[in-house]
Amino acid sequence: MSRLLVVENLGKRFGGLAANEAISFELQAGQIVGLIGPNGAGKTTLFNCIAGFYQPSEGTIHFLGKDITGHASAQMAHLGIARTFQIVRSFGSLTVLENVMVGAMLRNKGVGAARERALAALEFCGLAGRIAMTASNLTVAEQRRLELARALATEPKLLLLDEIMAGLTPSEVHEAVHLIKEIQLRGIACLIVEHVMEGIMPIADHMIVLDYGRKIAEGTPAEISRNPAVLAAYLGE
Amino acid sequence: MTAHRPNTRRNATLALALAVACILPLVVTSPSHQNFLILILMFAQVGVAWNILGGYAGQVSLGHVAFFGIGAYTSTMLFIHAGISPWLGMLAGGLVSSCFAVAIGWPCFRLKGHYFSMATIAVAEILQVLFTNWESVGGAVGLNVPLAEQGWANMVFNTSKLPYYYIALGLLIVTLLANWAIERSFLGYYFRAIKDEPDAASSLGISLTRYKLVAIAISSFFTALGGSFYAQKELYIDPGSVLSTSLSIKMALVTILGGVGSLFGPVLGSTLLTSIEEVTRQAFGGSGMGTDLILYAAIIIVVAVYYPTGIVGWLRQIRRRYAKPEARG
Repeated sequence: MSRLLVVENLGKRFGGLAANEAISFELQAGQIVGLIGPNGAGKTTLFNCIAGFYQPSEGTIHFLGKDITGHASAQMAHLGIARTFQIVRSFGSLTVLENVMVGAMLRNKGVGAARERALAALEFCGLAGRIAMTASNLTVAEQRRLELARALATEPKLLLLDEIMAGLTPSEVHEAVHLIKEIQLRGIACLIVEHVMEGIMPIADHMIVLDYGRKIAEGTPAEISRNPAVLAAYLGE
Repeated sequence: MTAHRPNTRRNATLALALAVACILPLVVTSPSHQNFLILILMFAQVGVAWNILGGYAGQVSLGHVAFFGIGAYTSTMLFIHAGISPWLGMLAGGLVSSCFAVAIGWPCFRLKGHYFSMATIAVAEILQVLFTNWESVGGAVGLNVPLAEQGWANMVFNTSKLPYYYIALGLLIVTLLANWAIERSFLGYYFRAIKDEPDAASSLGISLTRYKLVAIAISSFFTALGGSFYAQKELYIDPGSVLSTSLSIKMALVTILGGVGSLFGPVLGSTLLTSIEEVTRQAFGGSGMGTDLILYAAIIIVVAVYYPTGIVGWLRQIRRRYAKPEARG
């Protein structure tokens, strides 16, 4: 297995507050890695550093062997890192199809080619019947899938998914899990921030647990669920 | 068949509008009425140009008069000092304006939303003060376009307004075609994405600064063409006329009133706003200094509260209301 993403000693400080401190981990190509931790553990901050939305205060991020620390988010997308947002951010004045076309235009500026690719991504995410709708008219679950389709249309090597199962019904969670497995089969690695344990535990190859901005544990889902430090973080001493 | 119909109807409407626009000045022969029609076309054209940045890309500029003024001054200065035809001067003005826009946009686009708008006001104000005190460009006295031989080569017409009308119409059509092409290309999608959700746009690989600069470069180019045209139409410019704040507001207002981010919105907006202005000007006479500003304020309030999508949005609403029963039956 080849190392896709290597995070070393990453730190992010907001004034006196250390949101991330000395975080190191690796992500292999094609792997699904779950990133969990209690509220305020620094998961989204870490995410934003990797996606280029925040400039890390210290440490390095390597992607495919290249130092990408501090690159802007648009550059990250060009390199092959795509993300979704915890609070969905669809382009409200565009249709579902046009939303995904914007993503597809990263690799090919032709409108016709982008349309083809967007249709394929929408089909893959089960939104083929919604293409003419305005994004704001979709259900929450559909909007999440729209974000996924849009990110996939950029043809990423690594997908950063920020709580895409939050607020979904059990059957919708089941569908989302299925979809992420399908994405993995296409050779795309996923780093997933998730609170919904029944969503992330069955599909993650590897888990990373954060608490108070630090990594407190990592391992397979089975190992994590037995780890005393993790149990303490979630349930209290 | 049904998918075809809206397009056919749209094309027919456009052809009709174009025919009316071509014939109108032949019917309306009074110079003052022709001048009024020219103003409608001119403000429609700069509105369409403003729309590229303010409407599609969502960066509301309230200093667009800077580009208008640069266009007017560049073509006039080239005409006076180098004898260059305003046709070429117009293009030169567009390019100078684009370069200036990029230089200004680079720092200003670090500001978001209202802060960007405020910065554009400052830029335009500074330019006005600068030109007022800059003797080599005429200072506060302004510049007279040189007395050149009347005709198309020099874009100077003393005896008839008719040629100006057709030049304004031509400029409007060219600007509309450019907008139409942008709307259909990836740029149109990128601009709207940047407007709707900048963070999501950048996560999809869109460099916000780069594409905002593209938008302001195109927008300022076409705005400058309008400025050069104005200089030729009036044969005189000064900072008070081509660099005035109220002109900036009017460019934005024409578009906001007509429909932000829609191709023909500014044309409708200009028709309505210029007409209202003409009526109030006649009603209140020369003493009406400021009535136009009161009117602007009232229109902004009404549009913002009741019709945020402008005339175009309002027309769409009506059409939908009437189309519904048809579609069901």
